[in-house]
Amino acid sequence: MDLNKRYTPQTWPDHPETATLEGKNKFVGFWLLLAAETVTFASLFATYLALKDKGPSGMEFSAAGLFELPLVFAMTMLLLTSSLTSVYAMYHMKNHNFKAMQAWLGITVLLGLAFLGLEIYEFNHYVHIGFGYTNSAFSSAFFTLVGTHGAHVVFGLSWFIALMLRNAKRGLNMYNAPKFYLAALYWHFIDVVWVFIFTVVYLMGVIG
Amino acid sequence: MAHDTHDIHRSRAEYEFIKKKRATEMRGQLTSFAMMIFLTLIAFTLVAADFSNYLIVPIILLLAAIQVVLQLYHFMHMSNKGHGTMAFFMFSGMFVAFTIVLAMVAIVWW
Repeated sequence: MDLNKRYTPQTWPDHPETATLEGKNKFVGFWLLLAAETVTFASLFATYLALKDKGPSGMEFSAAGLFELPLVFAMTMLLLTSSLTSVYAMYHMKNHNFKAMQAWLGITVLLGLAFLGLEIYEFNHYVHIGFGYTNSAFSSAFFTLVGTHGAHVVFGLSWFIALMLRNAKRGLNMYNAPKFYLAALYWHFIDVVWVFIFTVVYLMGVIG
Repeated sequence: MAHDTHDIHRSRAEYEFIKKKRATEMRGQLTSFAMMIFLTLIAFTLVAADFSNYLIVPIILLLAAIQVVLQLYHFMHMSNKGHGTMAFFMFSGMFVAFTIVLAMVAIVWW
């Protein structure tokens, strides 16, 4: 196993993420994980929908009165743009341009951190006005669903940062190319979940 | 070993061709991104414009579904070849997901 084998853009495979057996295995396993995650989030969405605006106490807070669309819109744009910047990173990965890939991943991480900052501000605001985790069945379901997504964002960002630092001096090779590719897939999946969160929780919440 | 690959020797023409193909794909990704932004804007505008709920809810759910298809098939490359098993995983996951949501919304009534 020669991890340090050097490649040039000319000798770099068309699909470096699945060019090795290890890469293929990771690729299949990771998609299986994403399918399982779909089910995880579905159970949280289902719980939220069933308990939306339900008590038994703490009924002074309802989805229609709580959510602010401008903040959610900003968060949506940040996450959607970060999804595009990670596509750019993978474009450069496939062209074996390590520096450009690291730069685009850096932008992705910054956008992700901005999203996370807004989410922390939002949660902090809710808790501050009395809408805490234990306030009602609605608040528990809301924080569990959106918080689990937030935890995925934290994990995705940590994953990107760890990969960027660990491989900073290595450059791109057959060993780390699948790792970068899967981290990018995970980041897209986080955006997929957010599309449903902003639609089902926030937009459908605001209209009551 | 697990990380070994066959050495690739491309001619200059082959290399230029594949580079160009990737650049074309990237332009397609930008088009998808523009569409996703557009779909998001429509969804937020519909809600802000205060139309009837019976009109808004199905439309924004449809817009979300289209946006997810764009993410999966373009950004996550599910339209590329060799993704048949991945599509099977995801559609199985979505089937279970849909059933869970349907069951909970229909059964839980308090």
